Amino acid sequence: MSTYTEPLWEVFVRPARGLSHMHVGSLRASDAEMAVLSARDLYTRRSEGVSIWAVRSTDIASSDPAERGEFFETAATKPYRHASHYHVPDGLNL
Amino acid sequence: MFEEIVQTGGQIEPSDWMPDKYRASLSRQIAQHAHSEIIGMQPEGAWITRAPSLRRKAILLAKVQDEAGHGLYLYGAAETLGTDRAEMLEGLHSGRHKYAMSFDYGMPTWGDVAAMGWLGDGAAIVNQVPLARCSYGPYARAMVRVCKEESFHQRQGFEAMQALVAGTPQQRQMAQDALDRWWWPALMLFGPPDDASPRTADSMRWGIKRYTNDELRQRFVDMAAAQADVLGLTIPDPALRLREDGHCDFTLMDLEEFTANLRGEGPYATQRRDHRRAAHQDGAWVREAMQAYDDRVVAAREAS
Ligand SMILES: [Fe+2]
Ligand SMILES: [Fe+2]
Repeated sequence: MSTYTEPLWEVFVRPARGLSHMHVGSLRASDAEMAVLSARDLYTRRSEGVSIWAVRSTDIASSDPAERGEFFETAATKPYRHASHYHVPDGLNL
Repeated sequence: MFEEIVQTGGQIEPSDWMPDKYRASLSRQIAQHAHSEIIGMQPEGAWITRAPSLRRKAILLAKVQDEAGHGLYLYGAAETLGTDRAEMLEGLHSGRHKYAMSFDYGMPTWGDVAAMGWLGDGAAIVNQVPLARCSYGPYARAMVRVCKEESFHQRQGFEAMQALVAGTPQQRQMAQDALDRWWWPALMLFGPPDDASPRTADSMRWGIKRYTNDELRQRFVDMAAAQADVLGLTIPDPALRLREDGHCDFTLMDLEEFTANLRGEGPYATQRRDHRRAAHQDGAWVREAMQAYDDRVVAAREAS
């Protein structure tokens, strides 16, 4: 018997106008059209969204989890990029 | 890193390093959980065409569809651990994997559908709410969705019980009989007692479980006892009694029956697996067709 399994898709749902699509989970579907239809049935049965993106999991590029430390390190050493880094006199709209 | 995250109640994500035992234990638990959702559709699904009104039919259909969804979220969560979906299905079909064997009991009347929603889904909520805070991110997130939906399941069951107890003496009796049949299987949904649950310690340490089986069972009994009172029904446990401290004394399910069920000897165990296997086999031609189409697409791409 064939053990064929459909490819894996990651599903992103926009919960409402004005909000970004958010990752909600994954599903298996034979093609893009089926992925979007299944995503509707699986992830928006209670009006959780107004728009769906389905992306083949293998098409997602990501940062290397093993190098997370070094990769994001540079941001950690630059506190002066935050407004809260600066001391300003009270009472000014600044 | 791993120990620090789980000890402080943080969450592990798929790409993080994790001990092999943690991965194995989680993927076993999530697969079993998924199988339970899938098998659980059978006894209720069989009632869809016989629901007593169009409203009840629409509700039951929505509930069974939710359970299919729960199974799919969970298979998806298990796949993030590197567990192959086809392998999980094979585990279910061959009997290598377990599922919640409370579904191996029969549902002879509409009252059973009501009682299953009230008690079975009620027990599921008690089990699953803490899982929404478990240490594995994808499992926890799936549980957040599941819990919202289970709440509808339990309420519709309770409402169906209310309708029966407010009906004719026969309907009232039907509700009581169903409670008599489903009380013990509901207690079984919490698993073996703590002193006979070898994996609990690891699961607690790793933050997969937040409460022990017995703690959760107690919580369920306390709530169900109050709900049975409102329905005016009697829980089939003569030892059940509300203590001064607000918790109930109660009798544990028959452990011999429980372990026999675990061995796959529940009344409908064979039927449930056979039915699932047959459904899978009936879909073989679809998988073959998809495979053939896929091969053709790949061949065409390579040729061009
Ligand atoms: Fe469920
Ligand atoms: Fe449910």
